[in-house]
Amino acid sequence: MRAKRVTFRHRWLPYALIAPQIIITLVFFLWPASQAIYQSVLRQDAFGLRTEFVGMANFKRLFADPLYLESFWTTMAYSAMVAASGMLIALVLAVMADRVIRTATAYRTLLIWPYAVAPAVAGVLWWFLFNPTIGIAAYAMDMLGYDWNHYLDGGDAMALIVIAAAWRQVSYNFLFFLAGLQAIPRSLTEAAAIDGAGPVKRFWTIQLPLLSPTVFFLIVVNVVYAFFETFGVVHATTSGGPGNATNILVYKVWRDAFEGLNLGSSAAQSVILMVIVILLTAIQFRYIERRVEY
Amino acid sequence: MAQIEIENVRKVYPGGVEVIPDLSFDIAAGELCVLVGPSGCGKSTLLRMVAGLEPITGGEIRIAGRRVNELEPVERDISMVFQNYALYPHMSVYDNMAYGLRNRGEPKTTIDAAVRKAAKTLGLEDYLSRKPRQLSGGQRQRVAMGRAIVREPAAFLFDEPLSNLDAKLRVKTRVEIRDLQQRLGTTSIYVTHDQLEAMTLADQLVIMNAGRIEQAGPPLEIYERPASVFVGGFIGSPPMNFLPCFAGAGGVETATGQRLSGDSPAMGDVTAGVRPEDLTPDAAGPLPLHVRVVERLGATVHVHGVLEETETDLVASLPGSDAPNPGEVLRLAPNPGKLHYFSAETGRRLG
Repeated sequence: MRAKRVTFRHRWLPYALIAPQIIITLVFFLWPASQAIYQSVLRQDAFGLRTEFVGMANFKRLFADPLYLESFWTTMAYSAMVAASGMLIALVLAVMADRVIRTATAYRTLLIWPYAVAPAVAGVLWWFLFNPTIGIAAYAMDMLGYDWNHYLDGGDAMALIVIAAAWRQVSYNFLFFLAGLQAIPRSLTEAAAIDGAGPVKRFWTIQLPLLSPTVFFLIVVNVVYAFFETFGVVHATTSGGPGNATNILVYKVWRDAFEGLNLGSSAAQSVILMVIVILLTAIQFRYIERRVEY
Repeated sequence: MAQIEIENVRKVYPGGVEVIPDLSFDIAAGELCVLVGPSGCGKSTLLRMVAGLEPITGGEIRIAGRRVNELEPVERDISMVFQNYALYPHMSVYDNMAYGLRNRGEPKTTIDAAVRKAAKTLGLEDYLSRKPRQLSGGQRQRVAMGRAIVREPAAFLFDEPLSNLDAKLRVKTRVEIRDLQQRLGTTSIYVTHDQLEAMTLADQLVIMNAGRIEQAGPPLEIYERPASVFVGGFIGSPPMNFLPCFAGAGGVETATGQRLSGDSPAMGDVTAGVRPEDLTPDAAGPLPLHVRVVERLGATVHVHGVLEETETDLVASLPGSDAPNPGEVLRLAPNPGKLHYFSAETGRRLG
């Protein structure tokens, strides 16, 4: 197929049209990214008076630092739990919404709402619910005999940020799962029903395999979300604590830079995060279209 | 071999739309029954009710003497070929055909034997490991057939299975379906809107219109004695011609006063029907046709035109040798005994 060529009368017009996008990329991505890379090979004292070039020392020290490695594993576990819980709940909701014919739009709208809530606000919301002193959820758990305290218990704190982060993502996943389910021709499930498969078997042998491209796409999107976009959730609920129980990589970047004032190490950490996000994006672009084949 | 009985079946969709008010007919064991009618006449709904994909509002459907109203599709012992084939896109041809048997928990060796047998019947042996998207339209259609026959059900249900094929393949597949159905002797219901498919396939033809049966019977009988104007116009290609006439004591006359016949079926206004192939050129004939378009098909010629002094369209199908030219006036006479009379008010057949 031949590409469609559009001829502009002025040579500068096409450049002017893409300029806003280019400028935004330059100012908000390329400039800070290059700054981070530059900073990551420097060591600076807390007041910015002396700066010296240290090469890869910041990176070497990070990979030898048990705290960083711990944060890395915490982040892995956290993002796996956010992606898994967010997607499972969304899938269950989508399968149920797919069966509903009447008032389907109402359900859908209600289920999409949480996505409109900013992560920090979602964090505060769950913080209130689970606050050991005033939170109603903590009170309810206390009645059931569980002493919830995310200020003291690392497990509780992790559960809290997973809930707060996944809650929002359920809406997003739900939308994709529902669209995916509705794209499966009705006649396929009908044929399977005639072929003797009950609703559960139909789901496992027909619907889920046909949904696998959506599942794969959402795994990548959710992991990226958990890795990079949940700073607000952590900041508003646990602040990385207790100890380092919920100190995920993005949060550690901020903490080391603005609380620890260790700018070189923080910059090195952001460079590592950048490499991770580039890898995840590459996986998404490379495999998303290829995996669609069944 | 199973008989299918449909008794006083009624279908109302949620929201109050009544698609089928009250419908009854039987299909004898081993027979192929074709449901034909314009779109929206309820034929597909009826098929889906037999399959169990659509709840039955009222009445009773029995397959092999067993009431199936409350049964799940799988318990009805039927298989269905869908219009879009509904092949499982992520499974190979083999798995597509084996799926139903596996769900029934048949042993592996039985499944393998059954799938290979069906594949051999349909000439699909070389394609068993392919995915549906690697097959042509005709091959997909055969896989859909294979999935239907492999379970050896009591009845086959076909929902416009040929409408996604091109014209040539459609004729070929039509013959294959008929051949297969006759060899297996499985009772079948076949839904189509194509009157040619209906005529060629059916043991019993059921013509539906607005949720009611217009006429049911062997195709030739319906062709020879259409029960209504609707049936006459629906079955046969080109369709039957209809002429508004007046029946009096002296016989039947056309709107322009030409005498069609000496005997009257009734008194008053009637609609006379005559098939295009039952018209013969006759210099003294009562139907002067102002020729507009002549379609030469080789063996026959379709002459389209308008009856002089009226606005009644008429088509005559004549032997290929005697074709008139557009603009000429051709006088035609209906062959003796080939006139059909219908009530001008109800459209039902008279006599």
